[in-house]
Amino acid sequence: MKERKIGKIVCIAAIALLLVVAPAIAGDPSGAETLKESPGAPSDFVWTLMCGFLVMFMQPGFALLEAGFARAKNVANVMMKNLMDFAIGSLAFFAIGFALMMGSDMHGLIGTDGWFLVGNAYDVSTIELWFFELVFAATAATIVSGAIAERPKFSVYVIYSAVVSAIIYPIYGHWLWGGGWLSSADFMTRLGGGYGALDFAGSGVVHAMGGYIALAACLLLGPRIGKYDEFGKPRAIPGHSLAFAVIGTFILWFGWFGFNAGSTLSAHELRISIIAANTNLAAAAGAVTAMFITWAKNGKPDVGMTCNGAVGGLVAITAPCAWVTPWASVIIGIVAGFIACYGYWWLERRGVDDVVGAIPVHGFNGTWGLIALGLFADGTYGVYTTEGPLVAGLLYGNSGFFACQIISAMVNFAWAFGTGFILFYILKKTMGIRVSPEEELLGLDISEHAAIAYPDFVYAESARSVVIKRSER
Amino acid sequence: MKKIEAIVRPERLEYVKAALEEKGITGMTVTEVRGRGRQKGMKIQFRGREMEVDMLPKVKVEVVISDEAVDAAIETIISAARTGNVGDGKIFVIPVERVVRVRTGEEGGSAV
Repeated sequence: MKERKIGKIVCIAAIALLLVVAPAIAGDPSGAETLKESPGAPSDFVWTLMCGFLVMFMQPGFALLEAGFARAKNVANVMMKNLMDFAIGSLAFFAIGFALMMGSDMHGLIGTDGWFLVGNAYDVSTIELWFFELVFAATAATIVSGAIAERPKFSVYVIYSAVVSAIIYPIYGHWLWGGGWLSSADFMTRLGGGYGALDFAGSGVVHAMGGYIALAACLLLGPRIGKYDEFGKPRAIPGHSLAFAVIGTFILWFGWFGFNAGSTLSAHELRISIIAANTNLAAAAGAVTAMFITWAKNGKPDVGMTCNGAVGGLVAITAPCAWVTPWASVIIGIVAGFIACYGYWWLERRGVDDVVGAIPVHGFNGTWGLIALGLFADGTYGVYTTEGPLVAGLLYGNSGFFACQIISAMVNFAWAFGTGFILFYILKKTMGIRVSPEEELLGLDISEHAAIAYPDFVYAESARSVVIKRSER
Repeated sequence: MKKIEAIVRPERLEYVKAALEEKGITGMTVTEVRGRGRQKGMKIQFRGREMEVDMLPKVKVEVVISDEAVDAAIETIISAARTGNVGDGKIFVIPVERVVRVRTGEEGGSAV
């Protein structure tokens, strides 16, 4: 009986192995063929991979930013979430996500090959692309972590990470970057004038995606205990380290040069210098704007909101960075600073407790980035190439492309918010998404991980002034 | 004049504060402390190895009030701090000899 069982397993394993090995002829796993065909490939490979490494380094940026805005009793949990969405996302994107996103197109909706990176996908060029797309997928996943900090179950976050990286992110990504309908359908390319909706490095694909999933999750989770007083007025819950928050912001800013400039996927596109400059200018304009807004509003410039302004500027310039002028980047950044600040306060007044401001910074500004591309594209650079058709927006006479971007932005919101809501709704009804009030008050470090982030500090709530609603007493 | 020293759970402090404030007791001194009573320690883990923390974080609330107000204050603290589980804390009542307000030098009940 036992031998038969083993025999069966060996049989299945052999078939699986055959399936895996058999089609592995067409790819170029050694890289020799690729190099022979295009002697310029090494500089492109090095450029794309180095930029991918920079994007991966945005993960510690997010981790520090989120941990800084969270209280000391939740820091280990925030760090663990950031660690695991990258690890789980890597496996999910390897198994399913990449094939759905970049595989051969089916009806403009999904990709269909490259599962587990076997067969034709076992190839230096394909896996270079896989790596670069993976670090982007992981960025989208990690955005949600900060918005819903300090109250969801860790197990829920593990499931969420896998689903987003395997399914939700790749499908919309396919529509724009994998040859799907938003970028390549006939009616979209006719409307846009030779190209459909565009998103250079992912204001919509990556950031608004994460931001609107975060909105759905925040609405279903509800605010943290103590966020609103008995009259429903929002209260400040100070994070434990502004130093972490600022360092995290700087690391994101740095990693973003890889995020945007690397998205040429080629060192032969000399536009990379302008992309890097535009990226920096928008971030600077966003930070300065947010600083002045809080200075005028509260009498003192606010450190945390200025961080949000900088990241908001980075998010907004992500879609247009290759197609706009430096002066337009400054305008885009200024608007982003307003959106980051007023978007945050607007949501907060409506009962959305977004711990780090991810929804206005990544969601609203992601949408703004898509729209800004439709406005400011100046017709000097093509679709990831110097060849025409050159991309021009509304201010340069192409209203059709502006319409494409509006369609893309609406589809982006509907897909991200809709699928995010369905996912968290199902999780809420089946396993519950929130820890108990006792666990929340004790802190997720102890209740979810039996850990203390700062064991040498006296651990207590007492220094933090949070008035609790009468109904919660 | 009595001093009430209440040692409570950190996460209950805000409830205690709010309840005392409702009874008109606004002045207090709060200290983060560690200690143990009959409550068993808490298990935490570090790099997969479990360890027992037996000095648990608590908060000490000190309030000085007149003798007549003591019973009501104790009741208020108990109702706000109690969870019903081991580790809810202790209340000590201690006589106070003199109270002096630093700013004016006045003494006694009006100095509290």
